[in-house]
Amino acid sequence: MVSRRVFVKNGAFALVSLGFAPSFLTRTAYAQGRSARAKQLIAIFQRGAVDGLSVVVPFGDSEYYRARPAIAIARPRSGDAAALDLDGFFGFNPRLQPLKALWDDRALAIVHACGSPDATRSHFDAQDYMETATPGMKATPDGWLNRYLQARRHDASEGIGEPTPFRAVSLTQQLPRMLQGPAPALAINQINQFGIRGGQTAGASFEAQYAAAADRVLNGTGREAFDAIKMLKAADPAKYQPENGADYPRSPFGQALKQIGQLTKADVGLEVAFADVGGWDTHVNQGSSQGQLANRLDDFGRGLAALVADLGSRMADTVILTMSEFGRAVNENGNRGTDHGHGNAMMVIGGGVRGARVYGRWPGLAREQRYDGRDLAVTTDFRDVFGEVVVRHLGLRDAQSIFPGYAISPSKFPGLFG
Amino acid sequence: MRNATLTAALCSATLGACALVTLSARTPPDSDEAIVHVLNRVAFGPTQADMQHVRAVGIAHYLDEQLHPERLSDSAMDARLAGLQTLHLSSREIAEQFEIPQLQARRAKKQAAEKDGNAAPPDKNVKNVENVQNVQNTQPTPEEQRRANQVVIELSEQKLLRAAYSERQLQEVLVDFWFNHFNVDARKGATRFLLTEYERDTIRPHVLGKFRDLLEATAKSPAMLFYLDNWMSADPNGPHPEAGGPAPRYGRFGQPRFGGRFPQPPEQVRAQGKNAPKGLNENYGRELMELHTLGVDGGYTQKDVTEVARALTGWTIQNPRLGGGYRFDARLHDPGSKVVLGHAIKAGGGEHDGEQVLDLLARHPATARFIATALVRRFVSDTPPPALVDRVADRFTQTDGDLREVTRTIVTSPEFLAPAAYGAKTKTPLEFVVSSIRATAASVEDATPLVREMRELGMPLYFCQPPTGYKDTADAWVNTGALVGRMNFALDLANDKVGRIVVRDRDALAEGGLTGLLGRDLSESTRSTIERAVSAPQKIALVLGSPEFQRR
Repeated sequence: MVSRRVFVKNGAFALVSLGFAPSFLTRTAYAQGRSARAKQLIAIFQRGAVDGLSVVVPFGDSEYYRARPAIAIARPRSGDAAALDLDGFFGFNPRLQPLKALWDDRALAIVHACGSPDATRSHFDAQDYMETATPGMKATPDGWLNRYLQARRHDASEGIGEPTPFRAVSLTQQLPRMLQGPAPALAINQINQFGIRGGQTAGASFEAQYAAAADRVLNGTGREAFDAIKMLKAADPAKYQPENGADYPRSPFGQALKQIGQLTKADVGLEVAFADVGGWDTHVNQGSSQGQLANRLDDFGRGLAALVADLGSRMADTVILTMSEFGRAVNENGNRGTDHGHGNAMMVIGGGVRGARVYGRWPGLAREQRYDGRDLAVTTDFRDVFGEVVVRHLGLRDAQSIFPGYAISPSKFPGLFG
Repeated sequence: MRNATLTAALCSATLGACALVTLSARTPPDSDEAIVHVLNRVAFGPTQADMQHVRAVGIAHYLDEQLHPERLSDSAMDARLAGLQTLHLSSREIAEQFEIPQLQARRAKKQAAEKDGNAAPPDKNVKNVENVQNVQNTQPTPEEQRRANQVVIELSEQKLLRAAYSERQLQEVLVDFWFNHFNVDARKGATRFLLTEYERDTIRPHVLGKFRDLLEATAKSPAMLFYLDNWMSADPNGPHPEAGGPAPRYGRFGQPRFGGRFPQPPEQVRAQGKNAPKGLNENYGRELMELHTLGVDGGYTQKDVTEVARALTGWTIQNPRLGGGYRFDARLHDPGSKVVLGHAIKAGGGEHDGEQVLDLLARHPATARFIATALVRRFVSDTPPPALVDRVADRFTQTDGDLREVTRTIVTSPEFLAPAAYGAKTKTPLEFVVSSIRATAASVEDATPLVREMRELGMPLYFCQPPTGYKDTADAWVNTGALVGRMNFALDLANDKVGRIVVRDRDALAEGGLTGLLGRDLSESTRSTIERAVSAPQKIALVLGSPEFQRR
């Protein structure tokens, strides 16, 4: 253990001297010298079923070009519109150039042909199943991230501090299903608008009322609420300046990520953050390296790259996990778009990730290799990805309670973390 | 002497109340605390008018009135709802006026986009994400979105207006309870166009009727059939030939198409097209037992889930895209024998298979307990007193699930009326918002701002995603964000900043009128903050946002 730490430290310093160490690696080395910093997970939901085959393009599978005569992304090194080669078989959509740098830094991994064992092609049901992590079970009362929060109690020896009101925050108007449940979680659309609208006097009066409330739950939650308001006020989100040249898109998604960056750096105890982004349901004129989907990917990639840059050295303790309810059919449809499918690609970004690899067995795109003869088959259950992040990144030893009805076992983990 | 005069005056005013007023002359009058408590549970919170009414007639009589909503005039309610045009439409009319035009517009745009797509490559200069939204050719325009949402927004306005102003308060509490018990989310596909009929014709008529009838009404409702997928659940060995002649054919939007000579595959298989599951769908069968009847610990097995799902194959929707009703389709039905909870269902029962299942479930002792527990939790306490649950379950069984008698057993029980139960429940956002409106006698002409408030407080009406419905216990509703939201709503309402909702007689409310409706002693801190507040709106806000007002 000691020798490994020294190795990391020395290795990192060695890289620094050569001038191409990502800034967060140096922070890893630094952080490991002290008590461990709390780990953080940022979950991103691409609602509407993104076409994973246009995001992480299997250009090495010739079936891909047969299935998609009008919308395929060209093979690498074939011009401006070509895929960005990742590993000789897969390539990024060219509009994900901002993420290519993270791949090259070995901070980004992909799990392809990943998804749910459930056959549904309903957005509604598939999102529900992914957020509860109980495919096929509709009545699961809480989301899987909430079950993580329930399972992970405060533990000083593991660097888990006393939970703050900002332990779990969703940058959405409604708390997503994934975070719903008994453990406290906060949905805030605009962090600089969080507070009592009536000004100082009203706030102080309510604070006094709740401090004296006989009801234990109202008393405790009231205290938390006013602590939260004060913490945010002290952090002064209105004056926030992103660091390291991070340039967040002005889109709603970009602004949500910016607020995640703000909250993280305000050190208000953010452990789990959530944001979602829509517009992926590309049944018509999907486009390829240009067009509808490409424009959404441009926003997506620039947003994530800005967040990673802004978080800087904190990325050593952070994982960004992207997901979408299912993939899209292998064959393009008659409207130059794609219909609802099955397997999809997830991204895992972070300092501790064994990046620059596409995980999961590639099932192939030939008709007989497809699910139902039409969709990318699923070779990695999404719960194994969630499970590995929870166990190996967030450090929860026993994740079984988070995945009821599913045997969580390290032997099934894709191996995203070393 | 004075009492006798009062009695006489009241008797001449309302003949029906006479007997009770005379009765209450012999028993001690109900305390205001007890009346506030009853109005907090049987109604959506006290109003000054209801306080006066219950003081006059007594709690026992008030409960009896509320258990017979059909005897209560509620004509003022009709006037309030008159502006909401979709409330009286059938699902078919709603489909014709709202859904089909939307589908057609989307199709037209799709075709136009195809043409454009063939004519010119995508615009390379479109980089701005805001522009991208407009290029999303399958996304509805804001106007289409508004029209599509109109149905469920009007339904939500209706719910809030009835909760705030209906004389039939218990009925509204029960409609809310039973809708939530048989929850359907407006987000799934076309369900948002089906909920108006679902609440009005499936839930509302049965809330004080027989549980078995309510259960069958939900089982056969297009909203539930669609939401929990039973409409497309089919025998994997089907489709079976139908005995009676050629099958109907359906066009793109489910309208009957004539001239089909050959039997067609069942419409659901085609309507779902490539998305059609290949057979049995257990979703409804499972939730029917877990959430609607037996409860999760009700003693059924996975085998029972499958058998129930088999029995219910063929319970489907007439023409799903046209707001059609329930239909039994023998071609989808699994004709074999089944065993449900140890009870044999003979082969060849057809539609009757499902009815036998509903009989079994509705009369199962686990169902009596499960329903009793849920109702006692709603009316009495987050931790239902076991003795009361036993009595209510017994009553359920004795009366063959007569919900009026079951409800009566609860609201007339010593546990319900005990001072220990006062203020024992935490208000849900719905109860908080509506009780604020009632307590302040605020005039709501347009309830859409309240629909928005419900979203912000984390309880969007008709948009509860899981079939469990919204939780009915404090832990689900007391959290940091929600509490801040409640204080802000209190401030906004008191300052006339919630749409055009107006609070009148603020001075009277501020000078004790409002605290009188709390029915309990305020903490010293709450009292002094209200006393120190400089303005009437501030005082009102400090009552509505106080810890005391979050309880009922």
